Amino acid sequence: MQDSLYKYLLRLGDNSLILGQRLGEWCGHGPALEEDIALTNIALDLIGQSTQLLEYAGSLAPEKKSADELAFLRDAPEFLNVILVELPNEDYAFTIARQFIFSAYLDLLYLKLMSSKDIQLRAIAAKSSKELGYHYKHSRDWIVRLGDGTELSHDKIQHAINTIWTYSGELFEDDKIEVELTEKGIACLNSGLLAEWKVRVEDCFNEATLTIPEEQWMQTGGRTGKHSEHLGFILSDMQFLQRAYPGNEW
Amino acid sequence: MSKSNWPLWEVFIRSKQGLSHKHVGSLHAADAEMAIENARDVYTRRMEGISIWVVPSSEISASSPDDKDIMYEPANDKVYRHPTFYNIPPEIGHM
Repeated sequence: MQDSLYKYLLRLGDNSLILGQRLGEWCGHGPALEEDIALTNIALDLIGQSTQLLEYAGSLAPEKKSADELAFLRDAPEFLNVILVELPNEDYAFTIARQFIFSAYLDLLYLKLMSSKDIQLRAIAAKSSKELGYHYKHSRDWIVRLGDGTELSHDKIQHAINTIWTYSGELFEDDKIEVELTEKGIACLNSGLLAEWKVRVEDCFNEATLTIPEEQWMQTGGRTGKHSEHLGFILSDMQFLQRAYPGNEW
Repeated sequence: MSKSNWPLWEVFIRSKQGLSHKHVGSLHAADAEMAIENARDVYTRRMEGISIWVVPSSEISASSPDDKDIMYEPANDKVYRHPTFYNIPPEIGHM
């Protein structure tokens, strides 16, 4: 049970950490000053969430670990985030498509985890849920603006959604970890969020005059440590300092 | 979508219940909804407020700096307009 919760927390924490790191790449490069700040705010929210989740995970590890040790001293196969969050930013449409697909899911998940029987997870979910409510609204607004904007913005966001869609299925997968923790009232099944997520997506895409991609084969593997080639590159950026100067603090 | 096409908005924030909205700065946004979200991101990151107003900058009418002599000078020597010549009973304290 402790091992399952440890891994579950890593899955949650790594999702937020890697997406936060990705979004941070926009810092100083946003399409407008205001958007630049918005995205970095969101990145910082996510990194804050991952700090709490990884700290909690570290306290359950076989040998206790700090959040920093978990973030900076694990190698790619030990990361348990979904592949979606490690994909490169590409352009703004792609970043927003990824952000919407993920936030619409994570917002639903945190709303459920707010009634977890695990007090600490419940507290983290309650705090994060308010942040996610805004992330979801922010990305949804942009999907509508781009989709229902000019011909060019419509094509770009539709193209981004079509490209990224194959990574959306993994969000709603469960294995024995989610099943076990759900039975104990600690977690909730990802598959149980799919119907509500679809309603959110359909509702938004209708408003944005966008088309939902057809049923297709879905990528999988991130939550068991099988990643795309992109994760290694993020980690080499993110972990450089701790690898070069182990234990360094400031 | 060029950002230079986004109009300018003035942002007013109320820092807490009971105080009035105060001008804090300006930003660019395509419409009012985006202006409020941008204001939230740019001007309330450090708990500065609990309410936001945004106004298109083009909707603001301003007095002309050239008129400052006729507008404000005449008030300069009229100290009796300040209520400083009343004796305030000590039990009332600071007003």
